[in-house]
Amino acid sequence: MTDTKLSPSELQGKARCLRCHIIGMTATAGSGHPGGSLSAADVVAALYFRVLRHDPRNPQWEDRDRFVLSKGHAAPVLYAALAESGYFPRELLYGLRKCDSPLQGHPDMQQLPGVEASTGSLGQGLSIANGMALAGRLDGRDYRVYVLLGDGEVDEGQIWEAAMAASHYELDKVTAILDRNRQQIDGWTKDVMSLEPLADKWRAFGWHVLETDGHDMEAILEALMAAQEVNGQPSIVIAHTTKGKGASFMENNLRFHGSAPSRDEMERGLGEIRSEEKCKACGVQYPGPC
Amino acid sequence: MAYSIRDHARPSKSKDISGTLEGSAPLKQLVSTRDAYGRTLLDLGRENKDIVVLDADLSTSTKTGLFAAEFPERHFEMGIAEANMIGTAAGLASCGKIPFASTFAVFATCRTFDQLRMSVAYPNLNVKVVATHGGISVGEDGTSHHAIEDVSLTCSLPNFTVIVVADAKQAEETVRAVAEHVGPVYVRLTRPLVPAVYEEVCNFVIGKAIRLREGHDATIIANGLMVSRALEAASLLSAEGISTRVLDMHTVKPLDTLAVRDAAAGTGAIVTAEEHLLHGGLGSVVSQTVSEHHPVPMRFVGIRDRYARSGKPDELLVLYGLTPQDIVDALKEVVDDK
Ligand SMILES: Cc1ncc(C[n+]2csc(CCOP(=O)(O)OP(=O)(O)O)c2C)c(N)n1
Repeated sequence: MTDTKLSPSELQGKARCLRCHIIGMTATAGSGHPGGSLSAADVVAALYFRVLRHDPRNPQWEDRDRFVLSKGHAAPVLYAALAESGYFPRELLYGLRKCDSPLQGHPDMQQLPGVEASTGSLGQGLSIANGMALAGRLDGRDYRVYVLLGDGEVDEGQIWEAAMAASHYELDKVTAILDRNRQQIDGWTKDVMSLEPLADKWRAFGWHVLETDGHDMEAILEALMAAQEVNGQPSIVIAHTTKGKGASFMENNLRFHGSAPSRDEMERGLGEIRSEEKCKACGVQYPGPC
Repeated sequence: MAYSIRDHARPSKSKDISGTLEGSAPLKQLVSTRDAYGRTLLDLGRENKDIVVLDADLSTSTKTGLFAAEFPERHFEMGIAEANMIGTAAGLASCGKIPFASTFAVFATCRTFDQLRMSVAYPNLNVKVVATHGGISVGEDGTSHHAIEDVSLTCSLPNFTVIVVADAKQAEETVRAVAEHVGPVYVRLTRPLVPAVYEEVCNFVIGKAIRLREGHDATIIANGLMVSRALEAASLLSAEGISTRVLDMHTVKPLDTLAVRDAAAGTGAIVTAEEHLLHGGLGSVVSQTVSEHHPVPMRFVGIRDRYARSGKPDELLVLYGLTPQDIVDALKEVVDDK
């Protein structure tokens, strides 16, 4: 069990490390989804290095908290967090999407330790998370289930079926985090399919709604801790984020939803992220970023 | 233009409508596959606390209500939200539960195909989808409620086991077997009462065809409610001096290829009979094995690339060519081809 109690600024360093991996991995693979991985890096760092009760040496530990990446295309941020937590060697990250790699384009729970659900077809993760929480309740276990949703993903009807069910069954061990980066593939979410008033929608479905700046580590931690205190209903943290966060030319740039940075862009991006403060967590040489 | 039922359906070559669900001797007793499911599930619930049940507002019809009444904490009513039901079952299975998810066959497969694929088949999770109301014998509710693509859809999913149940005894043994089996399973049951094929035991083993009748001129390979019809056809044929082997191929996937090869080698001609579209169902998978390993003449009794209509189950089975006489006709043709 990890007993890391990293400070917010140390967690920011972890998030930078995840961002470096995301850019390096996708650039090396020549494909993948960096934009929605970068927007979620701070939340995922907060979860894996502070909030989740998990043990990378025992991925099947029955009392572990579960994290379901419902927006499976953000696999790079999950893989980076798993590697940095110690589930598998960092070097594997740079085999992303290659034929002989367990790092599939979208997460496969059968191939990689630490992956809790096979995702990639959007809209399915919240249902799975609910099932995990129901099983935990039946078994008298106190683990929590976290699930990361995309804001485009919540166009899917199944999300709202699951939202209804989670509140019907009072699944207070379920915490959804909605990566509100305001973009999907065909454009801004407001143009593709209006979501607002989004917080009201979740409230109307019986959820406890928290909103936070998804790039402010202290605020993220505060929201995730507050969610743990909620009884009798599921909670959702709407994390306001920027797609492509970390590399200026990738931010809010639709091109980086589903295309990798070039080698030059990778160098530029890594330069920007590392210039803030040298990432100490990661010791790998190129093709690793640090 | 006046609408004609005859334009829509394949006219049965025969005026004989002896192929009613009431059956004819010796298949007199009528039994319910759904009731057998409900009772067995309740027994399993008493034996194994990991069994959990999910429903989509049809637990009265699927008979899972019996389980729900005794084990309310292990029964999850999901409302009319089948996709969410399958995903929730997947989450339960990933934490060690043995979820049985039930609804009508058409909704259990057509509405949820992507969830079956991504949340269940791909991660190979231990989810049991047990669907009632298979085929067109659903009757009056019509096409929206007829499941005629379900076997094809589920057979197309890697890791899935697919079983079409013939009668109540078999339903009972199937439900026990799939609870023991580790991995995703689709089981199809029927709405109406069906003639009993098995009395004391059925000796059901997943993936093992049951030889119900020996014969040497040809083999009928059937499943579901077509099994009793195949037996009737075999009796009619024997009166005309044609000796027919009958196999109950309850498991469509994994197919008992040995039994198929043996039928091809031993009888030299095969007719399949299923209450399903001819595309991708029992006939398709049997013919794949036959053409690969031991080509012999074949005929296919099933629904021919069309949707059925409202009507009494018996009427529909006549209208869409699923009577014992249809099997007899097909079998005579295939014997002529030998
Ligand atoms: C069911 C389904 N439909 C379409 C896609 C293709 N797709 C992949 S990502 C994406 C947009 C997702 O947007 P969002 O959820 O906002 O993710 P983010 O912007 O955070 O990357 C789409 C449409 C898919 N993966 N699954």
